Amino acid sequence: MPDSQAAAVHQPTHGHAHDPALLHHFAEPQQQRDAASLGMWWFLATEVMFFGGLFCAYLIYRLMYFPEFGAASKTLDVKLGATNTAVLICSSLTVVLAVWAAQTGRRMMLVGNLALTLVLGLVFLGIKGIEYKQKFDENHVPGASFHFDETIPGHPDQHANPQHAQIFFALYFIMTGLHALHMIVGIGIFLWLLILAWKGRFTPEYNTPVEIGGLYWHFVDIIWIYLFPLLYLIDRHP
Amino acid sequence: MSAHSTSSSLKTYVAIWIALLVGTALTVYASGVDLGHFNAAVALAIATIKATLVALFFMHIKDSSERLTKLVVISALFFLLILLGLTMSDYATRLWS
Repeated sequence: MPDSQAAAVHQPTHGHAHDPALLHHFAEPQQQRDAASLGMWWFLATEVMFFGGLFCAYLIYRLMYFPEFGAASKTLDVKLGATNTAVLICSSLTVVLAVWAAQTGRRMMLVGNLALTLVLGLVFLGIKGIEYKQKFDENHVPGASFHFDETIPGHPDQHANPQHAQIFFALYFIMTGLHALHMIVGIGIFLWLLILAWKGRFTPEYNTPVEIGGLYWHFVDIIWIYLFPLLYLIDRHP
Repeated sequence: MSAHSTSSSLKTYVAIWIALLVGTALTVYASGVDLGHFNAAVALAIATIKATLVALFFMHIKDSSERLTKLVVISALFFLLILLGLTMSDYATRLWS
């Protein structure tokens, strides 16, 4: 209450010693920051439900066709998957360093870390592209040309049902594809942040776009942290 | 906010980054060891620890003064738990009869 009263008192002088980064419907910069950040958190909550539906579908079919999920998972390249996990974790570090640099007014550190984040994001997509290419070459992409001839892990005499394996690959492509789409959007956001940072738009007083762009990037990282073990590491032990 | 401006937060970030890389190596290693039914549990536990580290330290939930942020996070997890928990309580018990 004291805050809103203070704002009301200040209204006549509005426009004089006014912070250009503070929109007029906010009382103070902290309130504006919190509102923007809360909006991003609500968006991420809807994203949790968005991906949650896919994770739910994954769990149901994994429960029903576990042997085939194990066989199909074994055809994925763990080295590339683990490398991509490390790449995303490194990009999360550069993002958090960029946010810190923006909040402490270090422009070159901000620009450098945003650029590094972009590079790491592109490396992730490049490796993902190599993996997709392999799956296309092996005819492991769901559809008319789908072909799967593998045995079930631990049972060398039993062949996996290709139709059940196809469900695994459908989920693999939908989940990693949706994740990759989020990465592409994230790269777009960070390119925009990089341009603004280069122009010197961010100051210790105004850096909300870097902060909430960072929240989005970290969220996409968290999704991958779950996708990696769930898709690549089913039933791997000898 | 002032907590981010110290150089101690830089050390925290690097420590969390190393922990996340170690967790990744650990989950790859654990997948090669036969733990029976516990392989999935171990993989999910490591993933959850990693995700929690990212959320708490990189997304600054830990030192966020804004309680509404925590409310949003908890409600998102709560509804995710309803989605997965109720669905699985159906599918996982269908073969019991």
